[in-house]
Amino acid sequence: MLANLSRLFRYRGLVQTLVARELKARYRGSVLGFFWSFVNPLLLLLVYTFVFTQVLPRGEEVDLEPYAVFLFCGLLPWTWFSSSLSESANVLIINGNLIKKVMFPAEILPIVSVIANMFHFLFGLPILIAFLFFYAIPLHVAELVWFPFVMLVQFVLTLGFSMVLAALTVHFRDIKDLLMNVLTLWMFASPIIYPMTWLSPRAKFFMDFNPFAHLAISYQEILFYDGPFGHWKWLLALAVAGGGLFILGYALFDRLRDSFAEEV
Amino acid sequence: MAAIELDQVTKIYRRHGHRRQFATLKSALLTGSLVHDLRPDETFRALSDVSLSVPKGVSFGVIGRNGSGKSTLLKLVAGITKPTSGQVHVKGRVSALIELGAGFHPEISGRENVFINGIMLGLSRREIEQRFDEIVEFSELEEFIDAPVKTYSSGMYMRLGFAVAVHVDPEILLVDEVLAVGDEGFSLKCLDKFAEFKRRGKTILLVTHGLSMVERFCDEAVWLEAGENQTTGDPKRVVQMYLTDVEKAEDELLAATDAKAQQAPVMASPPNPVDDDTPPTPDPSAPVVSPEDTASGPEAQADPDEPPADMFTASEGRWGSGLVRIEEVTLEGEHGAARVFHTGERMTVRMLVVADQPVDDFAFGISIFTTEGVCCYGTNTHIEEHESASLDGAGEVRFVIERLDLVEGTYKIDVAVHKRDGFSYDYHRLLYTFRVKSRTKDVGV
Repeated sequence: MLANLSRLFRYRGLVQTLVARELKARYRGSVLGFFWSFVNPLLLLLVYTFVFTQVLPRGEEVDLEPYAVFLFCGLLPWTWFSSSLSESANVLIINGNLIKKVMFPAEILPIVSVIANMFHFLFGLPILIAFLFFYAIPLHVAELVWFPFVMLVQFVLTLGFSMVLAALTVHFRDIKDLLMNVLTLWMFASPIIYPMTWLSPRAKFFMDFNPFAHLAISYQEILFYDGPFGHWKWLLALAVAGGGLFILGYALFDRLRDSFAEEV
Repeated sequence: MAAIELDQVTKIYRRHGHRRQFATLKSALLTGSLVHDLRPDETFRALSDVSLSVPKGVSFGVIGRNGSGKSTLLKLVAGITKPTSGQVHVKGRVSALIELGAGFHPEISGRENVFINGIMLGLSRREIEQRFDEIVEFSELEEFIDAPVKTYSSGMYMRLGFAVAVHVDPEILLVDEVLAVGDEGFSLKCLDKFAEFKRRGKTILLVTHGLSMVERFCDEAVWLEAGENQTTGDPKRVVQMYLTDVEKAEDELLAATDAKAQQAPVMASPPNPVDDDTPPTPDPSAPVVSPEDTASGPEAQADPDEPPADMFTASEGRWGSGLVRIEEVTLEGEHGAARVFHTGERMTVRMLVVADQPVDDFAFGISIFTTEGVCCYGTNTHIEEHESASLDGAGEVRFVIERLDLVEGTYKIDVAVHKRDGFSYDYHRLLYTFRVKSRTKDVGV
């Protein structure tokens, strides 16, 4: 297992090349091309803002203004998370010819999915920053230093989930379909379109078991809410849990590796 | 020193049964189908107890029928799958020409795909840059290298994949039936490349159905049969043994097919021939046939219907009055009964004939047809002016072709005994099949 993990490091050139290919191929053939990386999150934001301010207006909640910025703080990382998971569930099957016909390190594939989606997340950040400036939201350096750490935790956690999903979907194709619905549910069960403060104590208790909730809260606290970053204890706990999940996921992947070439 | 060494390797695949294909998490958990899948009848033994040793620098051919385990062997050597039991040792960088262009992304250019594919096959970016021009030149895609791969024809796609794979500069090259790449010129180039590899002392493992290629190119060969190592050694000898076995199987298959065709018309014909204007009683105008004979003959009575109007388009069958019957037809080569012949060999068609009563007016005929129905040859004893006085009881007719000068292919024959004016006693239409093999690939009919 450790030997395999160190081998992962040797594959960085391959990962790099494949991520670049993924990003390049993504918008090939479209008129806006690479520009879509910015337009996509912007459109997504517009849709959600429209729905939750015009179609389903909330009460007068002062602490949620401007709503678009609050929404964006949760929605952007959620897109990274959910796209990575749904792509990872498919990635071994789609690249079946690589696994079946070439000596190819299969774990590269879910890793590439997660990293490629991370880049889309990064491309969405300028839009978020523009919004922050537009609404003149105060940012504090003491809080902003946590931002890369939150990203790192999210990265490791997403990778852990992706490994498990990629390995299991090869054997149980149902996961693909199930996952779409689970992700929709998961999104609404996370504090993305509503703040934690709306929840009853009972609901908050359950929310603590939702790993993505802690990520969303962290992003919101750092970028949207004023005041010091108070969620760091939860974030550290999540980092440990995420690391554990990654090791577990990788071990599972490693265990099932030999069956991929036959089952894909 | 061996570059590739297989030690009692067995590979068992789980067979994808009906249930397995649609297996779900639920069923695996609830019905315990995981246990079910491991039951012996759900497994398929692709290779069983195969031991092989390929010395460094040797070109090694792997031959065998479809499903004999050739590709599994290659995948094991490539490290794509692991053996169920046994050991596979491979020394040196391996490049597998198993699936050409695996991992090409259709949306991006050939140039970028060369880099990505090269990195996948274990080259560094620098190494690819050094070899890039050579790769493009080899693939003959200079004009198209910057176009997306999705616009390539399948030949171009394969050529690019092949070019990258051979420029990985492997110590061991695994080749799985990829020589059908591109046009004649490119195939020759591939062969030259293989020859160059061989010259430079690289090890090549070649899986192919092109037996002449194995004979010409390989230093050693193995014949796999149903996952077992049938024989290993000198390619000429291995290929010859394999060919002999294939011919034997073909013989049996052709004989079985013919037996089926010979049964069919008997089963299809009604017990009594029915005419439009006569009641279902034996036709009084039909030639006299003793009733016992009709009942007792295992092949029953040849249908006394008139022969089909157009003899050249009629399908398989048997007809005639039955006054003289051809009871059995055997084809013989130089070494006894056979169905597969080589061009130039002698062929004997042996017919066992029975006449119920003395007959003077008769002739035996034979015609050879290709499977498309083109008549290659036809004759009868009347044309050849063999006149024999009379026929009574059982006898044997032999028709000897001294040199079977037919081009490679499958042929069917008609045999018949009839009156000199053409009236059939017993006509066997396309009921016997034989195959001609030729070492030279002549064409014609």
